[in-house]
Amino acid sequence: MHRLNINGYSFNSRLFIGTGKFAAGPVMAEAVQASGTEIVTVALRRVDLNEPNSQQAPSLIERLSGSGVHIVPNTSGAKTAEDALRIARLAQAASGYDWIKLEVTPDVNYLLPDPVETLKATEQMVEEGFTVLPYVNADPVLCRQLTEAGAPAVMPLGAPIGTNAGIRTQDMLEIIIEQATVPVVVDAGLGLPSHAAKAVELGADAVLVNTAIATAGDPVNMARAFAQAVRAAEQAVDADPRGEQKLAEPSSPLTGFVHNHDTTAGATSE
Amino acid sequence: MIQQQAPRQNNNPRAQDFSEQLSSWPPELVDRRLYGVDTGEVRRELKKPSRSPETLLRLLSPAAEPYLETMAQEAALLTRQRFGHAMQFYAPLYVSNYCRNACRYCGFNCNTHVFRSSLSQQEALQEADYLAKQGFRHLLLVSGEDPEHVPVEYFAQLATKLRSRFASISVEIYPLRQHEYARLISAGVDGLTLYQETYDPDVYLVMHPAGPKKDFHNRLAAVEKGARAGMHRLGIGALLGLRDWRAEAFWTGLHALYLQRQYWRCRLSISFPRMRKAPGSIDPPCPVDDKAIVQMLCALRIVLPDADMVLSTRESPQFRDNILPLGVTRISAASRTNPGGYTFQEDTSGQFEVQDTRSLQHMIRTVYQKGFEPVLKDWDQALQTQQLQ
Repeated sequence: MHRLNINGYSFNSRLFIGTGKFAAGPVMAEAVQASGTEIVTVALRRVDLNEPNSQQAPSLIERLSGSGVHIVPNTSGAKTAEDALRIARLAQAASGYDWIKLEVTPDVNYLLPDPVETLKATEQMVEEGFTVLPYVNADPVLCRQLTEAGAPAVMPLGAPIGTNAGIRTQDMLEIIIEQATVPVVVDAGLGLPSHAAKAVELGADAVLVNTAIATAGDPVNMARAFAQAVRAAEQAVDADPRGEQKLAEPSSPLTGFVHNHDTTAGATSE
Repeated sequence: MIQQQAPRQNNNPRAQDFSEQLSSWPPELVDRRLYGVDTGEVRRELKKPSRSPETLLRLLSPAAEPYLETMAQEAALLTRQRFGHAMQFYAPLYVSNYCRNACRYCGFNCNTHVFRSSLSQQEALQEADYLAKQGFRHLLLVSGEDPEHVPVEYFAQLATKLRSRFASISVEIYPLRQHEYARLISAGVDGLTLYQETYDPDVYLVMHPAGPKKDFHNRLAAVEKGARAGMHRLGIGALLGLRDWRAEAFWTGLHALYLQRQYWRCRLSISFPRMRKAPGSIDPPCPVDDKAIVQMLCALRIVLPDADMVLSTRESPQFRDNILPLGVTRISAASRTNPGGYTFQEDTSGQFEVQDTRSLQHMIRTVYQKGFEPVLKDWDQALQTQQLQ
């Protein structure tokens, strides 16, 4: 596989980690490190930009600082393009963040993304110079529009967030991947390392995992397992798999005679 | 440039309002159904619970009691799936205990002789400043019902002054009209808490003999007015102890399911305020034990996986610690329930007796030790869809 490259930055790991659900205390930071990830998303609504040191317990950002991971704030909580823009601008002004994972999710229960507002926000954010990674439903046309609007990657969902259901949008993801001209990061719904491996085997450039790691009994080992699965799938793709065969290859072919006994070519051909 | 949007409305004429839905579940019917559930029905529900009133009714029934542990496991699992390990903190700020209502269960009712006061803006800011210094970022402004002492504009001005220091400001005050909620939102308020106290209209009438609160339907409709005005967070609940808790928990869940379907952009929270003895108030007519709270918390969590479940300092430290993993997602700490209670009126009596007096620092350590991530900030003024004024 090509090395993962987003907007000129290349990454060794194809596993991104989300943090909204948090594993308990320092475990999340340990899990992040065990995963080998280079991109961690953090909800801006959880970050105190005015008084960063006001939290009584050390924040995840503090725990991760110096570990070399790239922190990408997300716009979780935004219900409109305008909400997302406001919070992204605030984060940029306060802390210089210019990579944003765009989430516009007016449905507060299933956190399903609003395609119209996501596209609007992407257009505006690109114009303002952000590197925007939009979270979207597995909608191929929308992914093309976002790409044309300047998104350097798209993040379609595999299943509703938090469900651990695996890849339920496979047919649409395959179309998105086939048509993609930017990296495709499968986000949301991946519950097991095998789901992440499958996404990469389908041709996704990366995956983002949160719930499956944060809520596992042993988040650190689960993070490691995801990393290994993603790496294994990457190696499998590089090894050029033969893929599924719908038809068997018979040992006594029915069409062998066209090669062996071509009646029009005369008997001398042998 | 993107245009600022007005809050979206549901213009579907088929939308039914909640009082209509509530009237199709009258007290006699709900009681009869609750006490008629058999264990086979409960077992079937637990195999594949649906997000419906029928499931809730069965899980709240006496027949479900033997399955409390199964329900608790399911509730804990769902909470972890939907909320992870986050435990969010908030603090109430009582700004006024003047009240025109005669609620028989309340220590601040207009017939009791308690020390009455309303905080000036300056005093309220001083109290809020204290809470901010403790580390709180989510604030709940609370008052009695007396708009002469604390009019809508009082809260609007206060929110405007507070919003730079708090990530979220909610109100738990008397019912307002939609344009008044809109005014508060424009000042930076994002949440509305309004307990119906009891969903049984007859009990309601007995408990609220005088004052504007007498009007059951006005109170019931107010939450939706807030939602239509654009409140992000809606908090509901019944005061537990006024009536058999099973039916109250059922109606609360019915209300939540309705709000969730109708106002799907709003985040819901359900509280479990258990009636406490206060000077000048009656004893709880139908006391609610710990086991009952556990059953209703678990049943509501199973039917409403995404609702915040709130537990205040009305409950004892031991009970709070034990019940946290069963679905609780928001808690308060070191609350004072009288105006000025944090900084200059430490001695006057509160609306109810606070059982859990542990400090925020102490609670953060406790929550952390129990495997949760203490979250002090989980919202941002920048996420307010409406233009701030």
